[in-house]
Amino acid sequence: MTPLLQVKGIEKRYGARIGCTDVNFDLYPGEVMGIVGESGSGKSTLLNCMAGHLEPDAGQVIFDTRVDGPVDTVTMSEPERRMLGRTDWAFVHQHARDGLRMSVSAGGNIGERLMAVGDRHYGDIRDKAIDWLGRVEIDEARVDDRPSAFSGGMQQRLQIARNLVTGPRLVFMDEPTGGLDVSVQARLLDLLRGLVREMGLSAIIVTHDLAVVRLLADRLMVMKNGHVVEAGLTDQVLDDPQHAYTQLLVSSVLQV
Amino acid sequence: MSEYNFAYLDEQTKRMIRRAILKGLAVPGYQVPFASREMPMPYGWGTGGVQVSAATLTPDDTFKVIDQGADDTTNAVSIRKFFENTARVATTEETEKATVIQTRHRIPEAKLREDQIIVYQVPIPEPLRFLEPRETETRKMHSLEEYGLMHVKLYEDISQHGAISTAYAYPVKVSGRYVMDPSPIPKFDNPKLEMDAIQLFGAGREQRIYAVPPHTKVVSLDFEDYPFEATKADHPCDLCGAEDSYLDEVIMDDAGSRMFVCSDTDYCRSRREAGHVGQLAEENAA
Repeated sequence: MTPLLQVKGIEKRYGARIGCTDVNFDLYPGEVMGIVGESGSGKSTLLNCMAGHLEPDAGQVIFDTRVDGPVDTVTMSEPERRMLGRTDWAFVHQHARDGLRMSVSAGGNIGERLMAVGDRHYGDIRDKAIDWLGRVEIDEARVDDRPSAFSGGMQQRLQIARNLVTGPRLVFMDEPTGGLDVSVQARLLDLLRGLVREMGLSAIIVTHDLAVVRLLADRLMVMKNGHVVEAGLTDQVLDDPQHAYTQLLVSSVLQV
Repeated sequence: MSEYNFAYLDEQTKRMIRRAILKGLAVPGYQVPFASREMPMPYGWGTGGVQVSAATLTPDDTFKVIDQGADDTTNAVSIRKFFENTARVATTEETEKATVIQTRHRIPEAKLREDQIIVYQVPIPEPLRFLEPRETETRKMHSLEEYGLMHVKLYEDISQHGAISTAYAYPVKVSGRYVMDPSPIPKFDNPKLEMDAIQLFGAGREQRIYAVPPHTKVVSLDFEDYPFEATKADHPCDLCGAEDSYLDEVIMDDAGSRMFVCSDTDYCRSRREAGHVGQLAEENAA
């Protein structure tokens, strides 16, 4: 089986400082990978390098495209990479405001990716937008409301709908539950888990919340100071941490 | 007035503007940056159009200026006077006799010919601006032909008003490539953008020039189930009886009575001289 995404020797430096270095892994179709680590450990840098938002200084990000098979996305042309970004890839930002157009209605937000890939039938676009609102548990009556009238949890769900409407195969998520209260977090996680399984999505989730990866991720990478210090199956890493930092991280989780 | 160079601008500036115009004609719909000069009128009064006209005029040209269709409004009169003073070119109010027409917000009703040039005054040349405020991003979207966002605007129109309510500055795709803002002309005029004359667009404050060469395909954007419609007030002109021209609605008194008149004053005048009479003109005569 061809991996959907192969990351080889990715390195990003900010001057003399290391953003992330020597990251290698394969992601297979349908697999969900978690990346955890403290603030400043390089997990967001790594995610942005993989998603094409940052240009890595070294390494390859090889994506298995539908037409041409595995292609290095770092060296592919910008139009191709941006096309991937609106079709086969999705990016869920931590702050929904970064991923939504706040001055455009919920329906327009969901429809944007459809129109960007050439959909020109208003009725179809609107039907799909309403269908997706339903799938992320937002009332159909809100389709013409602007996201600024939505709660934080609804905005985040709208952002997910907007990203998944074109049926991507790989979703990058940067702290998707950050800034939400725990009950809303739980609902969002439940929804995400359902969508990931139902659509057979592959996902890379960056978070510092171990509960999130325990629920969603099949595999886990632990980062510290730009290096991957431990990787493995999620339950294995969390239940039997080997590296000192991972042990610290696991023991730092607050118990209620 | 020997103290002015011909048409006010110095020759180097005119050369620079002409180069931008030629580039604009070579790449239809592409916004060419140019070093816009300070003009002796405020931004928003047509500084871009005036610079393009100045670079286009020759001493043999006949110049016409229209402002929202009219030849006799402040903006039109002052720009016409400006070139009478600085270029000493002949001016006219008749569309047929003009060789260079500077316009704000309208295309004349009379069909333009191959030997004519029409210059539009453009306030904001970037059609994507109100959806994407970053210039770096809109330039990238143009260069990569990512125009999905333009349809988001039309989608919003339909979802809020039940129809595409954008009535002016209606976005068009030029020659199958660049999406262009045709300046704030009513969408009634959009079908006329495929014409025999050269069309030049100047935005002074935003420092952009773009162009549509003659006989270029210009398509108004729309949805399959909500096709583009060129709309006008459903009424004949009250002065000349024309049913095919774009109309201004004029409030007549406090009681709510109103009249509709051609916004193109030259078209209306020539029709009345030819003997056409509208509804209100008849009453006055009686």
